[in-house]
Amino acid sequence: MLNRLTDSLNFHGNALALRSERQRLIASNIANADTPGYVARDMDFARTLREATGSPGGGVRLAPSGSSISGFGASAGGGMLTTTALAHFDGSTLEMASATSNDKLLYATAAQTNLDGNTVDMDRERANFADNAVKYEATLRFINGNVRTTLDAIKGQG
Amino acid sequence: MSMLNIFSVSGSAISAQSQRLNIVASNLANADTVAGPDGKSYKARQVQFQTQLMGAQGGDLSSAGVRVSTISEDNTPGKRIHDPANPSADAEGYVTYSNVNAIEEMVNMISASRSYQNNVEVMNTAKSLLLKTLQMGQ
Repeated sequence: MLNRLTDSLNFHGNALALRSERQRLIASNIANADTPGYVARDMDFARTLREATGSPGGGVRLAPSGSSISGFGASAGGGMLTTTALAHFDGSTLEMASATSNDKLLYATAAQTNLDGNTVDMDRERANFADNAVKYEATLRFINGNVRTTLDAIKGQG
Repeated sequence: MSMLNIFSVSGSAISAQSQRLNIVASNLANADTVAGPDGKSYKARQVQFQTQLMGAQGGDLSSAGVRVSTISEDNTPGKRIHDPANPSADAEGYVTYSNVNAIEEMVNMISASRSYQNNVEVMNTAKSLLLKTLQMGQ
């Protein structure tokens, strides 16, 4: 009974952890915008979240804790990376069962190539950063709404 | 709270960019200096950036900071101008100036300040998100 109340909270908790991970990833890309040879990285958010929460669209399962956030997808078995944008490399050869989260990251190719081998596209990174920040906040509001609803139900007041 | 890492990542970038700005400032300040009695003029300097992994497990690829690996000197010869009246002129009457290219330095400065601003903005966003996270459930 209680897990019906907390399952959706678990889902949003996972989503929040994943959003903060992506935020950190984009911050790294922005920080390295002038580093020669740096290759920008990003994650396929929808796929990673699906792996973190178990079966697609079905029951919500919490990824096992431990090893910080690199625990995403550990419960889902070896899933495969998909390419959802032209700029994504084919990640199908990556071994997903590995414990490090590095394998779950995709490489973003530069829209405009640079002589120094840096593939950070600042416009794209800034757009991604703002987008991710807004979605992080949305997830936070979902959690807050969820908590409030649960508390209202417990108190039995309208 | 993996987002707390953003502060160390962006902070490293900010300090690297400010070092770059410092180098640009000293290059621009010395743009018109001439060689001393030893015949050596000021050489333009440049910073080299390098990715520095700063994850909790000492090498998490998803939090990559920046550090200045080396500061290199530009060894191209500075321009020599024939000006025998100048007290710094050598035996042949030539004055050697520093090899700073002011235009390149200005471009470098604009790029460094833009990158600095980007990282400050990233830190501000991360800060406001973290503050909202702290208020979760209230």
